[in-house]
Amino acid sequence: MKKDFSFITVIGKDQKGIVAKISDLLFKNNINIEDISQKVMEGVFVMTMLVDMAGYKKPITFLASRLDSIGAAMGLKIQIQHENIFKKMHRV
Amino acid sequence: MAITVDEVFETAAMTLYQHLDIRTTTLGLNLKDCIHSDFAKFRKRVYDCVYGHGRDLIAGARALEVKYGIPVVNKRISVTPVSLIMETHATRSKFVAMAQTLDRAAAAAGIDFIGGFGALCQNGLTASDAALIESLPDVLSKTKRVCSFLNVGATVCGMNVDAVNLVGPMLKKTGRLTKNAVGCAKFVVMVNAPEDNPFMAGAFHGAGCPDAALNIGISGPGVVRSVVEKNTAGDLSELSEIIKRTVFKITRAGELIGRELAHDLGVPFGIVDISLAPTIAEGDSVARILEAFGIERMGAPGSTMAVALLMDAVKRGGAMASAHIGGLSGTFIPVSEDKGMIEAVKKKALSLEKLEALTAVCSVGIDMAAIPGSTPESTINAIIADELAIGIINHKTTGVRLIPVPGKKAGDAVVLGGLLGIAPVMAVNKFSSKKFMARGGRMPAPVTSLTN
Repeated sequence: MKKDFSFITVIGKDQKGIVAKISDLLFKNNINIEDISQKVMEGVFVMTMLVDMAGYKKPITFLASRLDSIGAAMGLKIQIQHENIFKKMHRV
Repeated sequence: MAITVDEVFETAAMTLYQHLDIRTTTLGLNLKDCIHSDFAKFRKRVYDCVYGHGRDLIAGARALEVKYGIPVVNKRISVTPVSLIMETHATRSKFVAMAQTLDRAAAAAGIDFIGGFGALCQNGLTASDAALIESLPDVLSKTKRVCSFLNVGATVCGMNVDAVNLVGPMLKKTGRLTKNAVGCAKFVVMVNAPEDNPFMAGAFHGAGCPDAALNIGISGPGVVRSVVEKNTAGDLSELSEIIKRTVFKITRAGELIGRELAHDLGVPFGIVDISLAPTIAEGDSVARILEAFGIERMGAPGSTMAVALLMDAVKRGGAMASAHIGGLSGTFIPVSEDKGMIEAVKKKALSLEKLEALTAVCSVGIDMAAIPGSTPESTINAIIADELAIGIINHKTTGVRLIPVPGKKAGDAVVLGGLLGIAPVMAVNKFSSKKFMARGGRMPAPVTSLTN
């Protein structure tokens, strides 16, 4: 199946369980994690997950709202964005 | 090459912390094919066209907001200049009825503003244009979403001063009919008006456009201010460079979303308008960009050069990012919609005269400026004529959105509400141009060689 990549960005304070909670949600929705990177930038913890959405069948609003709920519970900003936006903005 | 965590963070931070958004997706619609000799049938066709397309636009834009994580703040519609389609129904009452039809269709679809209720009268007025102008106080006071424009001049034909002279009385009447004269905020008088402008109040779908076209207006004053603030030491070349790079990125985001939305709606993609468009939100201000440059307040000496540099840098980045830059693509400095502009007027750093000077190098005109309700009609007309002359001579679009507020004087403030912000009432020169404006007629098209 042709891959369909999005990035999940987590911004806030590093804490236990971030990866566990997000990966559990992704697993239950048939989304594969291809890569995880993390870094402290401008004093805040930033983690990005490259995920393959090709097997995901529900509306994107469902996943976005579930990620929002995890973020709200842990005091984090969690955002999902299709990879095309990054390719367009950061590659000439 | 793989996208790095730094790049993902930069994009995410733009939307999360710096107010990056797609300011408007504006679907231009041709209404010429709705014309019918039976006025009820004509209105029904117009309603169905606007409502059907409007509903699809909202659904499509919402889907892309979620996919890309970038808010699409406004979803709007522009239509064929209404005076053109009303030629055989050109009475004041029918114009009001048509405006109400557009208003209802937009409301039902969830569209906040619909543009195009206007006329192209740069060479003279048709009977339909005259009836439309006569209907405007009623239209602007009886509808919520309908925006109106007049194009009264162009570099190739000069200025129709007879049409300009109709605007002052119309604005004063509209001011009296609407709370805090807010109806005047939905009307702009322009020269060299582009057919593909996605921004209100001047958006319309030109006679040379296809049946439908999707135009997009990006924003990002907050993003530009943020990069400028991080680069306090650089000289002017470096300043230009960092703004160019940033605008490249935000324009690419706008074009991606615009093209995809056009594809989803099955309509041609039109243009990206790269205008920096402020809002009343803290930090989302063009004036604050100049403050980050090192100018104490917008309007201080140096502001005109600073805006010229800013706008040139914006164009460099935007032009590289998209082959189809269009619309206004200037920098908006609406007085009431930008916190830094409001403060600059309150602190007397910025006068109406300096605002006019700024528009010679950047923006699309004197925008959202409240003036005392006692300002004579002939003075309003003369302020408009001055600003429009700048556009005609400099081969650029300029427009004027003036709000004469009854009972208010210079130094007062007027709450216009919502996106329209808070307008500090600006002082107006007391000397008269009544005899000059009363000469009327047309200002000749300028000689375009001998350019000094």
